Amino acid sequence: MAALFGKSDPSTHIIVWDIRLPRAIAAFGVGAALGASGAAMQGLLQNPLADPGVLGVSSAASLGAVITLYFGLALPGSILMMTTSIAFAVIAMSILFLAAGPRSGALQLILAGLGLSSLCGALVSLAFNLAPNPYSLSDLINWTLGSVANRSWRDVLFVLPAWTLGAVALWRAAPGLKALTLGDETALSLGADPKRTRLWTVAATALLTGASVAIAGVVGFVGLVAPHLVRRFVHGDPAAVIVPSALTGGALLLCADALIRSGALDPDLKLGVVAALAGAPAFIFIAARAGSLTR
Amino acid sequence: MIRVETISANLGTRPVLSRVSFDLAPGTLNALIGPNGAGKSTLLRVLAGILPVSAGRITLDGQDIATLKPAARARRVAWLPQSRPVAWNLRVEDLVALGRFNGRALTYAGAAPDDRRAIDAALSKTGADAFIGRPVESLSGGELARVHLARVFASSAPVLLLDEPAAALDLRHQIDLIATLKSEAESGRTIVFSAHDLTLVRETRGRTLVLQEGRLVAEGPARQIPDANILREVFGVEARNSGFFTPAI
Repeated sequence: MAALFGKSDPSTHIIVWDIRLPRAIAAFGVGAALGASGAAMQGLLQNPLADPGVLGVSSAASLGAVITLYFGLALPGSILMMTTSIAFAVIAMSILFLAAGPRSGALQLILAGLGLSSLCGALVSLAFNLAPNPYSLSDLINWTLGSVANRSWRDVLFVLPAWTLGAVALWRAAPGLKALTLGDETALSLGADPKRTRLWTVAATALLTGASVAIAGVVGFVGLVAPHLVRRFVHGDPAAVIVPSALTGGALLLCADALIRSGALDPDLKLGVVAALAGAPAFIFIAARAGSLTR
Repeated sequence: MIRVETISANLGTRPVLSRVSFDLAPGTLNALIGPNGAGKSTLLRVLAGILPVSAGRITLDGQDIATLKPAARARRVAWLPQSRPVAWNLRVEDLVALGRFNGRALTYAGAAPDDRRAIDAALSKTGADAFIGRPVESLSGGELARVHLARVFASSAPVLLLDEPAAALDLRHQIDLIATLKSEAESGRTIVFSAHDLTLVRETRGRTLVLQEGRLVAEGPARQIPDANILREVFGVEARNSGFFTPAI
């Protein structure tokens, strides 16, 4: 605490300001971006099982990043890598939307996401398989596991514009998502523009997820669990759930990363692995309550 | 004033409305009747600007509705669809608040005083005020129908288009609905609703428009239309003294 306000010795000051703080902000930012993405995807696809990780959007973004790393086109955290991540996230969102738009049913959506996720996973494995040397292989693997360790201010500042743009797009999309609750035609009759709402939502989730993957690799299930935790407090409102989901997602990852760093867990554990270990059972639990999914 | 000028409309490639023309004056209550598949819902969707016409045009106070932006159209026309999906388990008052949608994600709790008054008034018009605070999934079909009706009444639009508003309502609420529709028309709103219950249509004492296979085949005061001839030719039934009907021979 004292270090934060410059009342400590220089080494503590450096640790807190240059190591701990950017890492904490990265953890919170990734959690918030994924929590907001999950809430927006659920609103768009009208399905509480939608999540950038579960439906392969994160995998697609990570495939984009792995391609740039594999071919030596970019360094981790560079603008090129981030842009490629976001572009792949946009492609993934578009595929999902074409394959399983609103009211195509949970099953079709999950299966389309599963297919997408498997395909991207296979292509990432292919990159591992063909990695030119052990050093680049461990680099690739480490990165895809998902972590915010050793993230600097530079990394945070790199993704901040994409996160900000994503937040603005989400703010534009939110009212339309609420109107879409009554179906496309009624939303249109209420004065909303369903096509524009979809466009803003796809852009927002792609920016938020793509940038998160670019800074931290794949961290799954946050986008699924965060909206689920807060939905009852906003009475199902798909627009009002977004901000609380973002805050919850940020808090979840901040706590998970603090737990890793504190030494309570093995410090070599990756954030993405911890998130998956906690999130996957939550996914099964939410799926099991399929009868009351929109509650 | 709404002017429908020789419009035709298709669902996919199938022609559903063909050369339909009529006028709707402010402060009138208009019932749309006809057998299944006659084009009642399609006509309401076209009037709501949800479905484009394939020929002809519809003007609202002289302006072609096809040229109105969704937000501008929504300020003038409110529409209750026949099928009413609700994707999320909203609370009753938040669903009704969507009737005041103006591009902002309005909630009942966050509504401005004007919006709040309109929502409260609409809730009490359909008796849905008894369900305030309840999630929509906890309601019966008829109760939910009254909440959807309240959503349309909450709108500030001068034109209300209601697709089978009486469906699923119990007798008492059907009677209340007629009274509400009459008083809304008296307050200057233009109301068009579709219905199958001809007794209810007659009770509105408004005007009836009869559709058959996409064409407007008759119109007139609800006291006179449908007459025995229309019942036989359009609906294939004859009225019995009991007030019910038998198939026409």
